[in-house]
Amino acid sequence: MRIEYFQLIDRIVDLDLAQQTIRTEARVPTASTIFEGHFPGFPLMPGVLLIEAMAQTSGWLVIAVTKFTRMPFFAALKEAKLRSFITPGQTLSLSAKLLHEGSGFAVTSAEIRCDGKLACNAEITFRLVEFPNPEFRAAMERMAATLEFPTGALAHG
Amino acid sequence: MPSTFDTVANIISETCDIPRETIKPESHAINDLGIDSLDFLDIAFAIDKAFGIKMPLEQWTQEVNDGKATTEQYFQLNNLCTRIDELVAAKGA
Repeated sequence: MRIEYFQLIDRIVDLDLAQQTIRTEARVPTASTIFEGHFPGFPLMPGVLLIEAMAQTSGWLVIAVTKFTRMPFFAALKEAKLRSFITPGQTLSLSAKLLHEGSGFAVTSAEIRCDGKLACNAEITFRLVEFPNPEFRAAMERMAATLEFPTGALAHG
Repeated sequence: MPSTFDTVANIISETCDIPRETIKPESHAINDLGIDSLDFLDIAFAIDKAFGIKMPLEQWTQEVNDGKATTEQYFQLNNLCTRIDELVAAKGA
């Protein structure tokens, strides 16, 4: 996890296009300037960033389902529940399931587990648009490679 | 049993916090009620659930974008209710 660069997941563990699900993982860094402010003497992973981590996990699923033709942008959040504190050094298991894709929107149900226990979950809506420019798309493709995005799954999906 | 329009109007009222009495059969969801595409997605989900159907929103949007249909055909509420009744009938056929 490179919090300061908004890279909130480390690796795509599994992508199942038939079931329209994805699993990712991320390790919360042990040190970050963010923890100096959130909170002094009591470092906690900010809830908004946990939501962003669920959104990024969901986003890669949407990119896979739409075969890299659309970029998902965060549009709405429902029923977000932050169930336990996440602290520096913890490893997160994230997952998402596609609930809807069409008419320019996608909706997912996403969750984060830590040590097998549900830590947070939410329903997230994305607005799907064409990649704004080739540079952006190329950057996303590089990021996909970094995250071990299973490109081969798209050919068979 | 409430009419299709009453069910749809109640969903719109609850989803978008629009006073129920301002929602008329001739109201256009976008032009008259000011519902945007994001809110309409929630309305569509609720309608799908209430009627046990799946509205082909993507197809409708595409037809409008391609100039093959007007927004009135799908988003004026009396027309929307007709589309819903057709989908319900097709489901039972």
